[in-house]
Amino acid sequence: MAEVSLRNVVKRFDNVEAVRSINLDIPDNEFVVLVGPSGCGKSTTLRMIAGLEELTSGDIYIGGEVVNDRPPKDRDIAMVFQNYALYPHMSAYENMSFGLKLRKFSKDEIRKRVDNAARILDITELLDRKPKALSGGQRQRVAMGRAIVRNPKVFLFDEPLSNLDAKLRVQMRTEIKRVHQMVKTTTVYVTHDQVEAMTLADRVVVMNGGSIEQIASPQDLYHRPKTRFVAGFIGSPAMNFIRCRLEHNGAGLRVRISDKISLPVPSARTARYQPLAGKELTLGLRPEHITEPRRSDRDQNCEFAVTLDVVEPMGMETMVFFRIDGQEICGRVEPDSAAGPGETMRLYANMEHMHLIDPQTNQVL
Amino acid sequence: MSTAAVVARGAGAGLGLKGSLSRNRRWALIASYFFLVLFAIFFLIPPYYMIVTAFKSDAEVAHMATNPWIVADGVTLDQFRLLLTQSDFLIFFKNTAIVTVCVVAITMVVSVLAAFSLGRMRFWGSSLLATGIFLTYLVPDTLLFIPLFQIVKAVGLLNSYWGMVLVYPTLTVPFCTWIMIGYFQSIPKELDEAALIDGASHMQMLTKIFIPVAMPGIIAAMIFAFTVSWAAFVYPMAFLYSADQQVLTVGTVTSLIRADVYKWGMLMAGALLAAAPPLVIYAFLMDYYIAGLTAGATKG
Repeated sequence: MAEVSLRNVVKRFDNVEAVRSINLDIPDNEFVVLVGPSGCGKSTTLRMIAGLEELTSGDIYIGGEVVNDRPPKDRDIAMVFQNYALYPHMSAYENMSFGLKLRKFSKDEIRKRVDNAARILDITELLDRKPKALSGGQRQRVAMGRAIVRNPKVFLFDEPLSNLDAKLRVQMRTEIKRVHQMVKTTTVYVTHDQVEAMTLADRVVVMNGGSIEQIASPQDLYHRPKTRFVAGFIGSPAMNFIRCRLEHNGAGLRVRISDKISLPVPSARTARYQPLAGKELTLGLRPEHITEPRRSDRDQNCEFAVTLDVVEPMGMETMVFFRIDGQEICGRVEPDSAAGPGETMRLYANMEHMHLIDPQTNQVL
Repeated sequence: MSTAAVVARGAGAGLGLKGSLSRNRRWALIASYFFLVLFAIFFLIPPYYMIVTAFKSDAEVAHMATNPWIVADGVTLDQFRLLLTQSDFLIFFKNTAIVTVCVVAITMVVSVLAAFSLGRMRFWGSSLLATGIFLTYLVPDTLLFIPLFQIVKAVGLLNSYWGMVLVYPTLTVPFCTWIMIGYFQSIPKELDEAALIDGASHMQMLTKIFIPVAMPGIIAAMIFAFTVSWAAFVYPMAFLYSADQQVLTVGTVTSLIRADVYKWGMLMAGALLAAAPPLVIYAFLMDYYIAGLTAGATKG
């Protein structure tokens, strides 16, 4: 087993800097997810760890040793690809045993390892089939099996669920988590799906424009984003960003979001935000923190009335969309309490979960 | 006229689109069948004539009054017997088979390796080289045989069918490489990456992954190399002049046409026997051939 470290890793394609001097330490057995939009450099980073892409500068360590110049086969890693990359002319068994055969393992050992991996992945019945006779989910299991049999130091997953339909994706997500719990191995997983990132990861690395925006546990990332990008990227529907001004209100502070609406800053945060009073800022508030008034001990000052534009019933909850000063805002309410489109509804902003963002630096304050 | 047609079609669409669509399709099919049958007849007349003549006696072939399109005086195998016993046909056949097998083997080794390196191992100038190789295919053999004559003479292979083993690949390798580049490029790059991670060397990747996966392309290339080598005419015409070294195409013609005396029956029997191996190979491997060519066509 091994820890993985990236030190000032840079990757340049011609004149485009795909990865900009990133540093990352992944302890032994940790499940780390690299997440970000297309072109953020997450796949390139993974491919550099795998040895499929050369570094422009910096160092990659696996198990404490620099592996920059080592070919993929000597890095003791296994990778699962988005399109499975199964050898089409080989059966599932042959696909899984190919790497072991090349490494001259005995037939008995190969059989033992493949059977074990097949049992973990529940594909024992499928071992004789060729990839074309397998469904997408089964193919991905075989691809995972090919990685597991190698018993590598590090597992690398490159968007392994992107080719699957929504239902199967959720199922395979749980499967991957279960496999990681059974086969404890350092894992680096790349995805653009923040739900996958949140559900699978011990720690999530959010990347944007070739740089790391934040490294944190899923809960931390959700509740304490460091930048506007992270705040907007994590969570679905995305966090609302509302132009606002921080104003004094006696001993406390208020966030004014329109001529008519201003919301109180919780007293616990007053000292922290005091120096920002009078500034134009951005208020970040997640849809789940804009609800119908629920708690009996709620602060009446946090309530406001709006006219709904669009109402989207989701079954378990209903999303309501409205505008304040031309800015579209989304709230999440109980299905029974939602008013219809064009109607006025009273909403409650849970300011305990508010974020203030500096519009110049995009840092969460 | 065209306005009337548009109006009529518009009215038809209004009455029932489905009917008009199926009528359209019926006309398209009728037209397709008409031209396909015309085409087939046009191309099948020479082989038909060849087959019919091969089974006629010399007397019937020479007799101008009989219908040339049917065997009127009874089917005979005399032409085949004469061809196999009184001409050097079997020597030509053996020489052609040796040359073809060698050329196909050389072509496949060279073009598979070349295509793998040019199509998959992306290196500086690889795409330029790939284009260059294809361009050499565009130079016709009728131009190349003059300089090649000097080369074949220099290496001492003039009037030896081994000289053909040397020169035919100049025709087969470029095109086969081009087909194979297209085929190799159509294989997802993750396959080589998976193989690299599994611990395969480039040679293992080629032999254990690429060759099995690209088998339709390889078979298409093999058929092409076989056909070119089997049917080559200009090079043996220029480089071979004794009967014991001659190949089928030139040998049959030169030994069975003496000045203005054409041994039509034997010529046709020879042509029929010479055409048999390619026909058999095509019949068995046609599906692979089409799959291989189309992959090359879309990705090359």
